[in-house]
Amino acid sequence: MWRDSFGVHSRLTLMIDSKPSLLALEVTGLRKAYGDVVAVNGLDLQVAAGQCFGLLGPNGAGKTTTIEICEGLTTADSGTVRVLGRTWETDATWLRHRIGMQLQETQLAEKLTVLETVQLFRSFYERGRDVDAVIELVQLNEKRSARVNGLSGGQKQRLALACALVGDPELLFLDEPTTGLDPQSRRQLWMLVEGLKQEGRTIVLTTHYMDEAERLCDNIAIVDHGTVIALGTPRQLIASLGADNVIRLGVGEAAAELHPVAMAELFALPNVTGGRPTATGYELRVNTVQAVLPSLLSLATSRGIQWSELSTHSATLEDVFVALTGRDLRDG
Amino acid sequence: MRIASLEQLTLARFREFMREPEAVFWTFVFPLLLAGGLAVAFRDKAPEQAIVALVMPDAPDGNASQVDAALSAASTSSTALVRSRRIPADSANEVLRTGTAALVVTAQPGGGVEYRYDPARPEGRAARQQVDDLLQRVAGRQDVVRFRDVTIRERGSRYIDFFLPGLLAMNIMGSSIWSLAFAIVTQRNKKLLKRLVATPMSRFEYLLSFVLSRLVFLGLELVALLGFGVWVLDVPIRGAIVSLVVMAFVGAAAFGAIGLLVSSRSRTVEGVSGLTNFVMLPMWIFSGVFFSSSNFPAAIQPVVQALPLTALVNGMRAIMLQGASLVTVAPQLTILAAYLVVSLAVALKVFRWQ
Repeated sequence: MWRDSFGVHSRLTLMIDSKPSLLALEVTGLRKAYGDVVAVNGLDLQVAAGQCFGLLGPNGAGKTTTIEICEGLTTADSGTVRVLGRTWETDATWLRHRIGMQLQETQLAEKLTVLETVQLFRSFYERGRDVDAVIELVQLNEKRSARVNGLSGGQKQRLALACALVGDPELLFLDEPTTGLDPQSRRQLWMLVEGLKQEGRTIVLTTHYMDEAERLCDNIAIVDHGTVIALGTPRQLIASLGADNVIRLGVGEAAAELHPVAMAELFALPNVTGGRPTATGYELRVNTVQAVLPSLLSLATSRGIQWSELSTHSATLEDVFVALTGRDLRDG
Repeated sequence: MRIASLEQLTLARFREFMREPEAVFWTFVFPLLLAGGLAVAFRDKAPEQAIVALVMPDAPDGNASQVDAALSAASTSSTALVRSRRIPADSANEVLRTGTAALVVTAQPGGGVEYRYDPARPEGRAARQQVDDLLQRVAGRQDVVRFRDVTIRERGSRYIDFFLPGLLAMNIMGSSIWSLAFAIVTQRNKKLLKRLVATPMSRFEYLLSFVLSRLVFLGLELVALLGFGVWVLDVPIRGAIVSLVVMAFVGAAAFGAIGLLVSSRSRTVEGVSGLTNFVMLPMWIFSGVFFSSSNFPAAIQPVVQALPLTALVNGMRAIMLQGASLVTVAPQLTILAAYLVVSLAVALKVFRWQ
């Protein structure tokens, strides 16, 4: 409703520069419903070999269903999926040997040690990486003889990554790799993923953290209600806002009902490219903060808006999501 | 590579089990404690004594004193068949109800005795015979038929001899079904199964690794229980050890397949626990582990005999106690093999991999 009146694009279409022959993953018209709930609703993706591709969206957007269909764990109701140029129907075993993955909810066997777990996964693959080298890579060397149930959340997640890597995959799927981790563990995992990118591996990851997507991904598809609503590099997506910065004006309560006229005037200020009311005030998308602030403040004063808080930040993917859907990413 | 994978899967099963102290206890230590306890309860001892309670009036007359004297005299000898104690009149029914005496004797004023007992209890009937015999003889009865007692003590006729093969069979059933059901459903519940099938792991090898690790544990169980039975309890093994081992392995494979079937769909440990008990409970009751399955009415015998545990119990018992060969127990082996094939086929068909 608000986004329409204030000129936000309801749908962004940005093309990725990629040659079709080098696609590691190609998804066309994917659909999947669980009973009445449509999880994926006509989703298209193209992931070029060697890039890190992010599926960014709130919980329940259909990211996990999409990625599990790509991993051959779930079958789609309709649509096509080509992984490394092949399909699950015809080349399942071939594909299993060439992809690695980390699932969102997997709990590895608690009584096995780190070494035993990685050895077990290594034994499934015809070719793969050295078990010790992988444990070293994920920085679990000191924990190699520790049982899984004695590991911290971050260590468990890195062990899951080791299991995903030990088959030396061409394509790696990471489903919410840092959800539930503390900030330090998240950064540690990000550095690992960045290392994998440098090795030239194709990575597809899902996340509902915009900072994670912004830092790790070459290309991002923003997913909502089972479909891609925007696609591009982080820079392109943020640029699509038509604003480099966001100003938040806090008035302490829902602003929409209080000052409908004032709000319309706020959003119509020169250099404001868009905006929306929030639970505690207003949010304005602007290019240069300095150009807007004086007129914003004088308008607030003349309209009697008692503001208690003023903050600005550089536009992020979060703002892109908000502009596209009118909702916060973390609201789900 | 394929062999390495099967080896790693089996090793993982083995490690997980051995690192679960409770599982080790229930599989190895508990049956030993049970066998030991039963061996003590049914130990080799002098023929059963009749436990008798004598009701003594506050002012005993001549008859009461005479009965008391006769019973007391009989109780003091070291080979006594009767052991009696005096009780007040108002607790006569209570001692019978609580089983602290099998027979209550009351001397009637002026002569004669009353026997109070439950004829449905064998020890009650036996005590009545013993005491009556004793009192009649003391009173001067002469036996008119001459007789001579020839007693024999056959090795293998004790209850523990009967029970041990049943315990072994029950343990094979329990550990096969439980360990598989618990391990598989836990892996499914924790999405580990899903993670595993996302690798190139062979699903057949995954299931096979459970059966293989079961066979390893079966070897350990057999050695532990049979060793304890033979060396500590002196239970005979009359048949060939190899026959016993074959029987046990076929049984373990059959119950392993039943375990796979039981755990093929369940998503939670609670769910599979109920199912496991549902499958095993009838067999605990009907399959003759604790007493002979021939005690059940003829009408339900076809069902009782078709149960896999009945087949395993009867087969083990025949080999251990009667020295039966594998040919003799072929019907039991056939029943178990049928369960193995059918359960495995159905389990593979309906198995929920995610």
